[in-house]
Amino acid sequence: MITLKNIEKVYQTKTIETVALHNVNLHIPKGEFVSIMGPSGCGKSTLLNIMGLLDEPTNGLVEIDGTPIGRYRDKELSQLRNQKIGFVFQSYHLINDLSVLDNVELPLLYRSGVSAAETRRLALTALEKVGLSARTKHYPSQLSGGQRQRVAIARALIGQPEIILADEPTGNLDSVMGEEIMNILLQLNSVDGTTIVMVTHDENMAHKTERLIRFFDGQQVSDAKTATHEFQKV
Amino acid sequence: MLKNYIKIAWKVLLRRKFFTFISLFGISFTLMVLMVATSLFDHAFGPQMPEREMDKLLFVNTMREQKQEGGFMTSGPPSYHFLHNNVRTLQTPENVSINSVFRTVNSYVNNRKLALDLKHTDQAFWDILDFNFLEGAPFGQQEVDGASRVAVINESTRKQYFGSSKVVGKDIVLDQVTYRVVGVVEDVPVLRLHSYADVWVPISLRSQDFNKARLHGSYFATIKAKNSADIPKIKEEYAAMMQHAERQHPEQGTELYSFPDTILESFARTFLGRGQEAGLSMLYTVLAGLIFLFMLLPTINLVSINISRIMERSSEIGVRKAFGASSSTIIGQFIVENVFLTLLGGILGFLLSAAVLKIINDSGVIVYADLGLNLRVFAWGLLLSLVFGLFSGVYPAYKMSRLKAVEALKGGTK
Repeated sequence: MITLKNIEKVYQTKTIETVALHNVNLHIPKGEFVSIMGPSGCGKSTLLNIMGLLDEPTNGLVEIDGTPIGRYRDKELSQLRNQKIGFVFQSYHLINDLSVLDNVELPLLYRSGVSAAETRRLALTALEKVGLSARTKHYPSQLSGGQRQRVAIARALIGQPEIILADEPTGNLDSVMGEEIMNILLQLNSVDGTTIVMVTHDENMAHKTERLIRFFDGQQVSDAKTATHEFQKV
Repeated sequence: MLKNYIKIAWKVLLRRKFFTFISLFGISFTLMVLMVATSLFDHAFGPQMPEREMDKLLFVNTMREQKQEGGFMTSGPPSYHFLHNNVRTLQTPENVSINSVFRTVNSYVNNRKLALDLKHTDQAFWDILDFNFLEGAPFGQQEVDGASRVAVINESTRKQYFGSSKVVGKDIVLDQVTYRVVGVVEDVPVLRLHSYADVWVPISLRSQDFNKARLHGSYFATIKAKNSADIPKIKEEYAAMMQHAERQHPEQGTELYSFPDTILESFARTFLGRGQEAGLSMLYTVLAGLIFLFMLLPTINLVSINISRIMERSSEIGVRKAFGASSSTIIGQFIVENVFLTLLGGILGFLLSAAVLKIINDSGVIVYADLGLNLRVFAWGLLLSLVFGLFSGVYPAYKMSRLKAVEALKGGTK
């Protein structure tokens, strides 16, 4: 599904060169739920952004479904993100001026051939999946953190992407809310077969996924199946 | 997608009330000035009663005599003699009218002096121009041939001199000469110099001018073409006639300049004309330059407001990009928002313009002005709004669309 080969990411200013990622090689097969852990600043989010085609590596190759995307232009990258990838961010990144329903519909606005009625139907289904069908007309500011993250997940899954990239999705939530969000993600993975890559600081959450990759100072230091994976694929 | 853009544009406008006020004020005020200027331009140069068939009308109002050596020059309206013998005889036009430059005459109503502008015209004047008669009719060829003391007056004169009763058949005394009123027309604005007057009387009442064989006098010619395609032919025939007139001139080495101009050419020639050139392209350049300069400042202002307004929304741009919006889609979104904002400003600008035009009309600054927001001015205003919206929206939108999604999500560092 996603393959990273010899990925390097270097941030260059006039005086300092910072290596964010160094020689990262990864393969994430279809349907896997992977968590990435490591201390702050070790390059986890940078890695996720590169996987999600939101950022370019300084060196190395990113392949999605075996196709190298290095030479893709802005329009092709946008289409690929729209069709294959859904994002869940730590700070939700909902558009405050749009209602819950409008926020969820957003990815389908950029997909050709989906009618307004179909978009609405899919948005309602997605909101139902995350248990928020009663809040469609609310605005993000009227929701709790957990509800906002559920809206964000509904937005990520409306386009039925093959991959969901979640950057600390439970980072801003208390343990109960965090648990709820994690269960939704696990459900998506096990029931719909969505490939999920999740960056987290929470060992408990990480151990609920199938595979845990640890990073330190921009380098991959371990990559192993988790022992406590509780969910069986359907 | 458009609905989503407009929805969000509306929300952003409501959320940032101060920015919205500044933006809308800038747009509506600038548009108001441009609209009033367009309306004035339209009023002065567009088709208006009685010069409705502008594409078929040409005006002769100047004769310039220039000696090659020494540079001595005489310029002013041509004489009746010249127009009668050289312009009336042109073959291409459908009709030619000779009419005098208006002059002010005095009249007295209840011991109150009334200064009125009087113009002498032939019968063709009424055929060529399209006056709105409120009562009566123009004087005919018979009255012109017989030098009858008859007059067509305008609405304001009827009101001031007679009150508002029916006045055809009544007498009006101007400079102690009595005329019988045969018709009343709607007021003609003073900017329509070739047609304007308060009172029109037969040209034959100034027959003393008819035989003065000189080039300069105090007359205009109004030429009507059969169709607009004939205009260049009339100009050619006129130019040939002028060459002939130059050759006939008793003093060798004198150059004669006189042209049948459209109303706009006539205006341009007065200020910017050189030799044979009317200076129309120069006039357009000057006007475009003025409009550009006038719009530049509010546009720059709007661009900077837009940049800061859009910068605040970098997270939204990041989200949109992450979920599949390309840079060009983002540019499209911000242009739609900006056009929406400027159209709102446009509507406000229209209301402001209507108010200002009413004030100008009521104030009497321009005699008999009837400035209005007609359909043409409305279309101009709409076009200007759109240009303004695009102009002030493209740069900030382009700048923001270049933000990488990851930078935009972090709050925009570029």
